[in-house]
Amino acid sequence: MTSTNTPVRRPTRPLWARAGEIAVETIIRFSGVSAILFVLAIFFFVFREAAPVLVSDSFRLGEFLGSTAWYPTSAVNVRYGALALIVGTFSVTVLAMVIAVPFGLGVAIFISEFCGPRLRETLKIVVELLAAIPSVVWGFLGLTVMSKLLVQVLGAPVGVNMLNGALILALMSVPIIVSIGEDALKAVPDSFREAGIALGATRWQLLYRVLLPAAKNGLLAAVLLGVGRAIGETMAVLMATGHAVQIPHGILDSVRTLTANIAAELGEAPAGSDHYRVLFLTGVLLFTITFVVNLTADLVIRGIRKK
Amino acid sequence: MSDPTGIDRNRFATTPAVRAKQRTEAVVRGVLLTMAAATIVPLVAILAYLVTEAAPALSLEFLLDVPRKGMTEGGVWPAFVGTLYLVGLSLAVSAPIGILAAVYLNEYARDNWFNRLINLAVINLAGVPSIVHALFGLGAFVYAAKLGYSILSASLTLAIMTLPVIIASTREALASVPRSFREACWNVGATRWQTIWSIVLPNSVSGILTGVILQVSRAAGETAPIMFTGAVFYKAVQRGDLFPYQLGEQCMALSMHLYTVSTQVPGVREAVPAATAVVLLGSVLLVNAAAIGLRVWLRNRKKW
Repeated sequence: MTSTNTPVRRPTRPLWARAGEIAVETIIRFSGVSAILFVLAIFFFVFREAAPVLVSDSFRLGEFLGSTAWYPTSAVNVRYGALALIVGTFSVTVLAMVIAVPFGLGVAIFISEFCGPRLRETLKIVVELLAAIPSVVWGFLGLTVMSKLLVQVLGAPVGVNMLNGALILALMSVPIIVSIGEDALKAVPDSFREAGIALGATRWQLLYRVLLPAAKNGLLAAVLLGVGRAIGETMAVLMATGHAVQIPHGILDSVRTLTANIAAELGEAPAGSDHYRVLFLTGVLLFTITFVVNLTADLVIRGIRKK
Repeated sequence: MSDPTGIDRNRFATTPAVRAKQRTEAVVRGVLLTMAAATIVPLVAILAYLVTEAAPALSLEFLLDVPRKGMTEGGVWPAFVGTLYLVGLSLAVSAPIGILAAVYLNEYARDNWFNRLINLAVINLAGVPSIVHALFGLGAFVYAAKLGYSILSASLTLAIMTLPVIIASTREALASVPRSFREACWNVGATRWQTIWSIVLPNSVSGILTGVILQVSRAAGETAPIMFTGAVFYKAVQRGDLFPYQLGEQCMALSMHLYTVSTQVPGVREAVPAATAVVLLGSVLLVNAAAIGLRVWLRNRKKW
């Protein structure tokens, strides 16, 4: 018979420790939710500044989305047609992706499948350093090096143009495409590779018939995140694409993007004016576009995890 | 053609199909190698170009001196200190929130719709264009919170913008601590928070530090978010003064200064913007190299 009746004295922690723990956990939970609060706050505050113009007399949504007449500071005929800016953003992004996607995926494949561990580590560090170069430095390079090159090599009339911006954006997007693409290839189980090699496949056959189909969602997500980066980039395109608000007819024409336009004009637009609010509206537009792109990328990635 | 051993050697010779297969393989490898080389070339070329262009202006004096003659000559000291202010303050805000958010996501959150929403929000926060962050900072901090154009507004904008960097790398660091460590701790009666504080965080501190370092590099390079919230073209500062700014006033910043001297100021000596770019890029790459070094050291030291 053990002393079942004498209560076992459990080691208890002092009240302040328990209360402190509850406090800490509350703060942790609050921080966890903060990301949602910040995204909502961004939309709220940007939209709040933009909203009054939607009911203003000088602004029509149809004109904003469908007209190329962008005369925000005209004395007699103020027009807010953002079509040329939207086309500018998309044309620069598409051209950048035409360059960046093959290179990005190619390098991802090379790093993941075709090179030894030492070269792999070196390349990954280089890609990471490329990703770390600030956009304003890229813009500076577009303005100085790339524009000189384009004038000398291609005989372009102006060095700062759509091709310049696209090349710079491509260099900026490649690191993202490489790192996400490499993750996607790494996620393919090694048993897939071993099965292919056992059947006598070369690396290329293995890649083409087994790895690419298996990793296609991840690679698509990599491309989408590259697109998101390219659409949202500001300083580099501000400095490298020239400043003409026009629908480009060739890749050597100057264009202006939505992001560059905000950066260029916000400083001159008096707070509370229609012009200022229209710039915030283009911000809402940008937020929406990148939101959709990122959401799609996330759904695509989630699709892989479910499998 | 059988030889004395009775083995048909032709059976093991390469057939045209195999040769074609090997040729394709060699071509693919060559193309991919070229692509990989093409990503290294820009980095090397950029560094070489910038350093040669900047050489005439680059010296310790360039870092310590203030801009002179309408910013066409002199150094970058006020911008350099301004960047330190902005980065330090944004770090002070985003590091605690980011680390705690990562702790929540990795240690507390279950896989339900609400936490998937948080994940989505983090991803989106990372994807919001920098200029939209600038608009947000202007609308929320400068006007709504009445902080005005100030270091405070700019740092808060930067803090929110760089939050996903810290969350992502802290989560990775926390996730790399084996579950068995936590289970052992729970089994001796520790609460969730005690486990996190005494087991999980100490074992992931280097990884978290890497994230913090990456945040510093990201914040130092950003231009758009601070352009309309607190960074200014020019501010008179004493040469070498370490504390020239008040938190409620505007400051210069390296990234902004590079934009200014390369596009807004006429008649700048060519070496000045290049040297500014070298100082900015040099600081950012140095910080990143530190993060990479820390990670490599951590990986070699890891016991599990």
